Amino acid sequence: MLHFSRTKIIFVALVCLWGVVAALPNFLSEATLKDIWPGFLPNKQLSLGLDLKGGAHLLVQMDSEELRKDWLKSLRGDVRKQLIDAKIRYKGLGQVGDVVRVKLVNEAKTEEGLTRLRLIRQPLGNTLVGGSGYDVDVRRGSDGFLEVAPTSAGMQQRISNASSAAIEVIRRRIDALGNVEPSIVRQGLDRILVQVPGFDDTEKLKELIGQTARLTFHSVHDNVTAAEARESLIPLSYVIHPDAEDPNYEHLLKEPPIVYGEDLVDAQPGFDQDTNEPIISFRFNQKAARIFAEFSSKNVGRPFAIVLDNGDVEVKNSDGTVAKNPDGTVKKKRDVVVLSAPVIREPILGGSGQISGNFSVEEANKLAVQVRSGALPTTLTIVEERTVGPSLGADSVEGGRLAAMVGGFGVAAFMLFAYGFFGLFALLAVIVNLVLIVGTMSAIGSTLTLPGIAGLILTIGMAVDANVLIYERIREEMRNGKQPISAIDGGFSRAFATIIDSNLTTLIAGIVMFWLGSGPIRGFAVTLSLGIFATVFTAFLVTRLLVSLWVARQKTRKIPAPL
Amino acid sequence: MFKGVDFWPHNRVFPIMDVRRYFVLASVALFLGSVAMLSTQGLNFGIDFKGGSLFEVQAKAQSGGAAGVIDISELRSKLSGLGLGDIQIQELDQPSDALIRIEQQAPQGDESTERAQQNAATKVREALGGEINIRRTEVVGPAVSGELKWAGITAVMFAVFGILFYIWFRFEWQFAIAAILALVHDITITLGVFCVLGLDFGLSEVAALLTLAGYSINDTVVVFDRIRENLRRYKKMALEKLMNQSINETMSRTVVTSVTTLIAVGSIYVFGTEVIKGFAFAMIFGILIGTWSSIFVASPFLMWIGVKRDWSGLAKSEKDIVMARP
Repeated sequence: MLHFSRTKIIFVALVCLWGVVAALPNFLSEATLKDIWPGFLPNKQLSLGLDLKGGAHLLVQMDSEELRKDWLKSLRGDVRKQLIDAKIRYKGLGQVGDVVRVKLVNEAKTEEGLTRLRLIRQPLGNTLVGGSGYDVDVRRGSDGFLEVAPTSAGMQQRISNASSAAIEVIRRRIDALGNVEPSIVRQGLDRILVQVPGFDDTEKLKELIGQTARLTFHSVHDNVTAAEARESLIPLSYVIHPDAEDPNYEHLLKEPPIVYGEDLVDAQPGFDQDTNEPIISFRFNQKAARIFAEFSSKNVGRPFAIVLDNGDVEVKNSDGTVAKNPDGTVKKKRDVVVLSAPVIREPILGGSGQISGNFSVEEANKLAVQVRSGALPTTLTIVEERTVGPSLGADSVEGGRLAAMVGGFGVAAFMLFAYGFFGLFALLAVIVNLVLIVGTMSAIGSTLTLPGIAGLILTIGMAVDANVLIYERIREEMRNGKQPISAIDGGFSRAFATIIDSNLTTLIAGIVMFWLGSGPIRGFAVTLSLGIFATVFTAFLVTRLLVSLWVARQKTRKIPAPL
Repeated sequence: MFKGVDFWPHNRVFPIMDVRRYFVLASVALFLGSVAMLSTQGLNFGIDFKGGSLFEVQAKAQSGGAAGVIDISELRSKLSGLGLGDIQIQELDQPSDALIRIEQQAPQGDESTERAQQNAATKVREALGGEINIRRTEVVGPAVSGELKWAGITAVMFAVFGILFYIWFRFEWQFAIAAILALVHDITITLGVFCVLGLDFGLSEVAALLTLAGYSINDTVVVFDRIRENLRRYKKMALEKLMNQSINETMSRTVVTSVTTLIAVGSIYVFGTEVIKGFAFAMIFGILIGTWSSIFVASPFLMWIGVKRDWSGLAKSEKDIVMARP
């Protein structure tokens, strides 16, 4: 048990050396790391978690119900349009549950109707998810109805697309804050995790994320102005919204919209080639391009309106403070404005077009950003919010450091008291252990959280257990009359199984925590589990190597009792 | 060379198995008491599991640079007018710091419950005003708190069963049952203590419970390992005597490891910030109760369940392994 081959010694030395090299960057300044530290060595530092660095953590949920309703609404429109285009007369177009149903007047046209309705469905992008298929199911229902129903894979794809879009929107809005490095990732099917290190003004963040701006394209009433409509009667399926520039001027717009902002794939500010006035050029996706081509060819010379719905916003008093309701809650109102009502100069056939409307360069820029990032696909609800101020984070680091020092020295003193010179070996093993944990964590780029620090400190206390088991066993062997050398040998070999068993049970707990835990708890699970691997390594190779070197150094054949 | 102080009275054999009835009785009483407390009073769930919001606040430093002092009653009067239901304000170690807990809000009108939590948090922030720094906020809505609760329960279950299967695989089923009984005992009594003291029970406390599960089993496994070894060595020794000897042989190690781990966790409790104190407390208590159970409770359980006495088949192969070692 005490014999070490040369290769084994080199292996242990190399692992320890690697640990030191990988852990060292954490103790070097940024400048040293850049200028002096050799580039071929590991140079990653542990990144601190939000709970240590300070920052905001927001978990937002998309409203999948709203997405579903919007989709069904637009499917109804699609069905109507397809049947009208094909000149198939229908009745009883409606919705039962999550199914759009329609009955044809002439049942003989059922096949033709189905063929037309199949044009609505789109192939699923990711065939791995739900096999090959379509986002909606077009089928013959009972009682002579034709049915169009979203498939569950289609719904998932829709939520998934909406969440990628929402992530982009949130990123652009937070980037506008400047000087922050947000991490915005999807979590589960319909949630987005937003983490902004070093920024703990969640009210500001929530305001940014909560802007449920929605962009829509409407047709404008031909011959009745909003003012006239207000005096007499607002025509059926028309609404009135104020102009963004001049709140006193209002537009009379048709509902539902022609196209939704989600169908825009791009919007860029630019200049008109002929007049050189600032414009915004935009591009629709395929489906919207088709619809808009048709609309614009029929309406050359007439205006259409681009409407921005900001959702509920706080009402400001004239002095700029937030207005309150009588019951003390913040006063809110729905904020819908017409961004622009340009005239269609020529049919927009290719799915891209430009908006011109007497705006300045800045306005064009702003509008392009709003068009691009203004439209969140759905209302976002904040379901979890955690912030840590930078001062508390610093206090936590300081507290952790102090606890590690005191805990470390306490354990060291106790081990030296209980095992003397061999206690020193145990301490060396614990130091190697910590170096390996920190080195590995730096190398794999994991994040150090406050529970992670607790895990490290706990490891100091628990890692010495392996040495305690070995040393107590050696003492026992010696009490039973064994010679020191065979007592040491027996101590190591007999303690081996016990150490493996006892560490594996803790590893089970660590793995479960990593699997089911989130954020900081995961950080704890990582340090705890790495600690276990490091403990087994140090107890069986480092401590044993140190002891065997000690035995080899003894001049006399009969070595003194070590413990 | 300094050999260290072997402070343990190795010559003395404590007759633990002789008086095991009393230890087990004490444990059963504690266990039943905990179960009773848990079922009547229930755990004081933190906002991770209950939903609601939490604010750690600090009075701003005074103009002279001295640390501010937070006026709890003023804070209370500021917040109680907001109509947010039950508001708990807790003083922390520093006179400048306090912890505010707001219960989960019921939705008003057509707003969602999630939105209601956010609105309440906004109200608190506005009411606190400029004199007070908000150092930490946590706002958890019902959807997330429900999931976290479920994840917590599943995690403890998986850990317990994982450990059960491992011990079953490595030992015999009797050992596995006894170890799990001891583990359930430890977890329940730790929960009972949280219940009696009315401490917040949140995610980090679940992490502490899982770590504790690992630690306590670790302790028990060391004793069981020795029992198994002695079962192979002393084929004719009475089970009771054999177990007593095993416990005594491993007791010095059990005590030393508990001491080192307690030193580590104790320093986290003393020097750590408020965020980590609950975790450290659960660990301290858990280590004490885990040590108790592996010395006084686990082996009596094993005694009552009974163990297989004929380990000859295994002993032979074990011997082969030992012989084969260089």
